[in-house]
This record gives sequence, C-alpha cells and structure tokens, in this order.
Amino acid sequence: MTKVKTQYNRRSFMKVSAAAGGGMLIGFSWFIGCTPVSKAEVLEIPKEWFDINGYIKIGDTGMVTIYSPNPEIGQNVKTSMPMIVAEELDVDWKNVVVEQAPLNTGFYQNQFAGGSLSIRLSWDALRAAGAAGRRMLLEAAAKEWGLNVSDLTANLGIIKENNGERTVTYGDIASKAVGIKIPEEVELKEISDFKIIGTSKKNVDGKKIVTGHPLFGLDFDREGMLLAMVEHAPAFGMKVKSFNEEEIKRMVGVKDAFIVDTTINEPAWSDVNAFPQLIAIVGDATWSLMQAKKALKVDWEVVGELENSELHLQRLEKAIENGEVEESRKDGDPDAAFKKAAKVIERTYSSPFLAHNTMEPMNFFANVTENSAELIGPTQTPEALETSVSKLLNMPIENITVNMTRIGGGFGRRLYVHFGVEAAAISKKIGAPVKLMYTREDDMTQGTYRPAYRSKYKAGLDENNNLIAFSVKGAGLPEGPVFPNRFPAGTVEHYVAEKIKGKTNVSTGAWRAPRSHFTAGAEQSFLDEVAELAGKDPIDFRLELFDRAINNPVGDKNDYEAERYAGVLKLVKEKSDWGATKPGVHRGVAAYFCHASYVAEVFDIVIEDGDPKVKKVWCAVDCGIVVNHDAAINMVQGGVIDGIGHAMYSQLTFTNGTTNEKNFDRYKLIRNSQVPEEIEVFFVKNETAPTGLGEPGLPPAVGALANALYKATGKRHYHQPFISEKTTAILG
Amino acid sequence: MSIFNLKVNGKEHQVEVDPTTPILWVLRDNLKLVGTKYGCGLSQCGSCTIHLSGIAVQSCLLPISSVGNQEITTIEGLSENGDHPVQKAWLEHDVPQCGYCQAGQIMTAAALLNNNPNPTDEEIENAMNLNICRCGTYLRIKQAIKTASTL
Repeated sequence: MTKVKTQYNRRSFMKVSAAAGGGMLIGFSWFIGCTPVSKAEVLEIPKEWFDINGYIKIGDTGMVTIYSPNPEIGQNVKTSMPMIVAEELDVDWKNVVVEQAPLNTGFYQNQFAGGSLSIRLSWDALRAAGAAGRRMLLEAAAKEWGLNVSDLTANLGIIKENNGERTVTYGDIASKAVGIKIPEEVELKEISDFKIIGTSKKNVDGKKIVTGHPLFGLDFDREGMLLAMVEHAPAFGMKVKSFNEEEIKRMVGVKDAFIVDTTINEPAWSDVNAFPQLIAIVGDATWSLMQAKKALKVDWEVVGELENSELHLQRLEKAIENGEVEESRKDGDPDAAFKKAAKVIERTYSSPFLAHNTMEPMNFFANVTENSAELIGPTQTPEALETSVSKLLNMPIENITVNMTRIGGGFGRRLYVHFGVEAAAISKKIGAPVKLMYTREDDMTQGTYRPAYRSKYKAGLDENNNLIAFSVKGAGLPEGPVFPNRFPAGTVEHYVAEKIKGKTNVSTGAWRAPRSHFTAGAEQSFLDEVAELAGKDPIDFRLELFDRAINNPVGDKNDYEAERYAGVLKLVKEKSDWGATKPGVHRGVAAYFCHASYVAEVFDIVIEDGDPKVKKVWCAVDCGIVVNHDAAINMVQGGVIDGIGHAMYSQLTFTNGTTNEKNFDRYKLIRNSQVPEEIEVFFVKNETAPTGLGEPGLPPAVGALANALYKATGKRHYHQPFISEKTTAILG
Repeated sequence: MSIFNLKVNGKEHQVEVDPTTPILWVLRDNLKLVGTKYGCGLSQCGSCTIHLSGIAVQSCLLPISSVGNQEITTIEGLSENGDHPVQKAWLEHDVPQCGYCQAGQIMTAAALLNNNPNPTDEEIENAMNLNICRCGTYLRIKQAIKTASTL
C-alpha cells in the first residue's frame, strides 16, 4: 500500500482555514452555476455544503464539488485533475461537479499550466487530497457508530460497516467530517483498483461550451466595469513618445486616454515584454475603442535596431559558425571520426518565428483600489501574475487575488503576464474596474514569439554503414534549439552537440514544446536521410541505435530511457503495419522524447490533385498512466494537427522591425480540409506515474511529415514552412 | 449614434449605437450575449459566426445598419436546452479542447446541415474551412457533423 504525506512547506496543503469558512471562493459567483441540469437530474441540489478539505466540498445530498487547481487552457485538466481526486475519494463521477479554484498558494501546489506539468507535478497531491477526504469521512462514520475505521469500507460515496448492515452516504456524514483532523499520512489505492482513472470522462465544461455560456476571460462582466484597449509601438526597437491625446479623449465613447508604463522592477522570466510603455484608451464600448485606435496619431521614437528577416538569417548563419555556446556535450573524438568515416552527410534545417495565436486574444480584468487588487482572466501562471502586480503596485501579495477563467488557448503565450499587469496599471490610473482586451493585430504583433531556429547536422558512417560520428550545432534567436543530452546522445561513440545563442530584440517565449518542436523535426528528418544513406529501414536504424543505448550507452548523462523510446517505435511499427506497401501511399516515421513522455508517429501521404495530403497517422504514446483516455487521444490528435499546421503553413517574417503578418489573412493556420482523415492513438500500458501529454504529441509530427513528404515527392524538406520553402528570405 | 430594433433569438431588442458597429459587438457589449466570440475582426477565423435569416455569417464585419429586420440567431438561441443535433453530437464526440472557437464552428455546422442534411466529406470541409480551431479539433468536428446528420 502506498502512503503519502499530506503536508508541504510545513503547512497542511489541504486545511480549510476558519476564516475561509464555507466560502473559500473569493467573490467569484459569476462563474458558479456549478450544478448543471444533467447533474440535478441525478441528485438534488444541496441546501448545505461542507468543506472537507481545500479540494473537496460535499453537499447534504451527496453531491460533491471538486476544485480544479490549475489553469484550463484546453489540456483537459479541469476534468482530469478532479478525476484523480474523485478516484481516491471514491465517489461516483456522475455526482461530481467541478469548480475552478482561485490562486491559493496555501492550499495548492504548482498552480500553473506549463511544461506539460499539471498532472505530472500534482499526481500525488491530488490523490492525497481525495484519500484524505475519504479517510475523514470514514473517521466521522466510525465515531458515529463507535467503531474503528478498519471496520468500515467506502465505495462510490457510501460507507458500509464490514460486519453489519449499517450504511451512510457521504452526503449524510459530511457535516460530521468537517471537524475531523486532516490525517498527516494517507493510504492510496492500488493502481489496479482504479475505477475512474483510465476511463473516458466528458469535458466538465462541455455543455457550457456548446451553448455559449460565459466562461472565458473576454466573457467576464462586472457592474460598472469599463473596457480598455492598448496600442503598443508598431515595431521592436520603437517606443511611444506622445500622441493626439486630447483629440482621442473627445471621441464618442472614449472616457480616457493616456500613456501607461508597466515596467516591473526586477522582472521575472514571466515578465517578458518588448513594449512596457503603451497608449491606453478607456471607454464603455469595444467598437468605440477600436475606432479610437484607428484615429491615433502617434510620435514613435526609434530606440533600437529595426530588424528584418534577411538580418535574422545572417545572424543565425553566423551564430552556427562562431556564436556563443550556451550548452554543449562532446563524447569521443568527433573530428577524427568524421575524417575516417566512409560516408559523411551534412544538412541544415530552419524554422521561422511563430506567433502563438490563441483564438482568444490576450485580455484581463482588474479592479485596483488603494488597498487591494482583484484580477480575473486567462493566465497560465496566476502566481507569477500576482507577484508582478504586487511589484507594479507596490502592494503586499496578501492584498491581491487572482482568479482564473477558462482559457481560450495557451500554447505558452499566457505564461507571460504583461496583459494582466497592464490591466492592473490601467485600473489603478482610472480608479475603476476595467477589462483590457487586445485586438488580433495587437496580439500577433506584440511579440513573445517562438524563436527562429537554424541547425546544422552532420553524420559519419563507417564502411559497414554504422553511425560512428554525429554532430549538431543549433542556433536560435535568441535561444538555441539543441538538447545536448537527448537522443542520439548515448548511442554514438563520437558525438558533439552545441546549443548556440543568437541576438535579436524581438521578444520571444515558450511555444508549445519549446525547442523540441523544431529539433524533433530537424533531427528526425536528418536521421531518415542518414538511414537511407546507410541503406537501412528508418525504424530498424533507430532501433539499432537504441540497442546501443540499452546495452552499452555512451556517457552517463542521457536524458531518456532507451527501452521506453524503442517501445513506442515498436508499437507504432506494429500498429501501422510498417513495411507493408500500398500503391500510391507514401510513409514516414519519427519518434521523440520530451516532457518525460515518448511518442512515435507514422504518417501516410497520398498525392491528391497533384498535392501531397496526409491520409492517416498512427501515434504510439508512452506517458505513464493515462487519466482521461478519450481526452488524452484528443490531446495527441490536436498535437499532430498543430505540428502539421505550423510546419506546413505558418510563419512570421520581418520588415523594419515589424511582422508582415498581422492577422489571419496573411498568417496561415491549418484549416479543416488540410488535416489527416484519421489519427489513431495507442498508449503503452504501464503503472508509471503520469508524465506530460499537452506537448509531446506535436514534435514527432514535424519529422514524420517531412519524411513522408520526401517519399511522396522525392524532395527533402529542410526549411519551414514547407509550403513556401523556396520563396521566403529567412529560409534561404 | 442611432436607434436600431433587432430580433435576436426570437426576442426584440432596441439598442442605441454607432451605425457602423458590427453585430458582434452589439451582441457582446449591448445584449451581453457573449457566446459569439471575437477572434480576428477580419472575417478570417469564423469565431463570430451567427445565423442571419438562417444563413451562417461572420458577425465581426457586419454593421448593424445593414441588418434591417432580418432574424439573428446566436449560439445561445440555437436550441432551447442545448439539444440541437449539432450540440448533441458535439458532446457525444467531446469535441472541444480550449472551447473558444466552438460556438462559431457549431453555428457554421448547423447552417450547413440546414441546407444540406447529408453533406459529403468535401462539402463538410468546404463549409468548415471558414472556421479556425487553433487546438486542432478538426477531426472530431467532422465526425460530429456526420453524427449530427443522422440525429
């Protein structure tokens, strides 16, 4: 029996403070409506709710509310995290309703959505929360009946005595469990006893989404709330000096207009922001604000270099030759090995800057008073936002609250908190509650982009076609894309990998599977070409390398488990019937490890009307225990489509410090007719604690796509977006 | 500013707005019907799709002055209890990830099925190419439309 502690930071992470009483949600009734019609049909809506611990509230009818601690950006945690609590609490899922928890560092750990870490980091805490709740209810029943906890069994919300007829529901005993001390240590279920984890549960917000219920930050409304828009400088390297303030203020529907400075002292990584000085316009109708933005006449000041795509390409090429190495690894003597190699192959890969383009543009609600700040909206990092607002306003953290709405896409964009900080600065200036909203153009030109990358790969084969030397030098603007200790490190005697810095004033940030999405595509395309040069099947060639890593690894700092890596390749080989040929069907394969998960993918491409089209995709995934099976499939399918879309169609190009793509007329995102007809997803079954899933499905799609495209067209694709490889300056 | 009478989801509304105001902002700011989403403001992404006299249109570039007395239907009015066949199929296939674009997708799909109860794959793709889903739920969107066509 696994036991876990319920304490961290010397505090019980679950204790409901006396002050919080029955209402731990802070002024958030706008979102409640926590009893959808479908639930009410099953159980009566409770008259009274009892807080069991920071995650669980039980109603007198047996209905259970579970608070989901982390931001929901579409990765399904608002459903799957409560599933884990419900499993250990041992309740019937149909009696569970879910509420988004506010930021509360006293109750919860790791309240952020990033690095595919939500479930990975909170697995034990969520299980412990549920198990502690079950234990407290059992103790309450035992006390009531004068028995020991060991005399009782809990199952699906009902407690039974083992040697008798008495039963009591969680709803009937909940009031007595409130005073029970939270156990310091709890027993967890055996994995083989799971009843909820591993099944498929529908999105808890599904009904609200399909009926247009207010859920997202942009939907938030509060009596007396004003609306605000901002205008940032039109180019990286420019800054606002002055604008036609009086004229703008006189416009119909405009209440105020001013320049706001959101510079944060001692900024954290999450404070990335190329434009801390902004023009803010406040009013009560969105359309008036949009008109006012168009009427702006601004004196912009050039304060830095105005970069363009040609310059970016030159900088990347130069960085690969002699740029500053951030991180590296060297095994053996690569130079000597390349000299004696029978065959040597060298290839260069690149990809452009990309925007995140969450469908819901950046926005936030703020209500700043002299002594308090209330923030509500879509953030992946509520704690970082709280800290930044505290610095901006010079206000203690305790006086600031952050609540999270459902989030219309994250992809890393909302790890950065500037838009919440901007809302706070505007609210403070006008002394009123305000909702800040970006237009699509504001959003796409603001920066925080996925960096541009360029990597040069080189491989050497001996006369028996064994891989004896491997080199990768990868540069980024600004961060290099290389992971020196990832595959194929550990499989090649003579190996060198360099992650190289580049220079740019374009602001960048994490973008779904940072660096991995590019490196997986480049490395897996390159290995495909190396396998071809060696005259080997691409899967067999990779499996040979993993054999080396399993039996006799080179070095001891290899960031992957070779058996699990090989395992997903073998699974996808079997499921896709690799090796079978069909006329007109062209196949490519790739595998990648990131966020502690392993994914291998096979793509089938056909030529339709002269154009290549991805027909079918097979994915084999090892992400440990799968919590919500169908939602996990959805996540991997989305990752594959995201990978195809951005590798094929999307890019940002620069002229005079600004992007040429400012909206979806020029920035191409994948659309309905461009996706595969079918994406099958298979999970490796094991009892390993869950690892990442929001990101790992994407990176191998880029490589498998490139490799299948080669088979279909006879042409290797080295430069993203593949659709316009020859026409774009940065891609060379 | 001018006064306009609108018929939205079967109800009459009177609003006083700038005549150039797109219906999207009348719905969201004036009528507090926020199910219809803003995504691009350029009729490129389909997040703002509504039905105007039964036809799917993108409301972000549709000025209120051009609407006249045509009936507007939004996601909130597509069905009384969220049980339109497209909504039911969407839940059955658990389509959404982030969920933001889904109202627009559903409105486009519902209009498609209204005109063409049994669309081919190509007809589905042509209609649904108007709507971007950044999470990539396109496969399930297609499946849900096929399911809805049988309900």
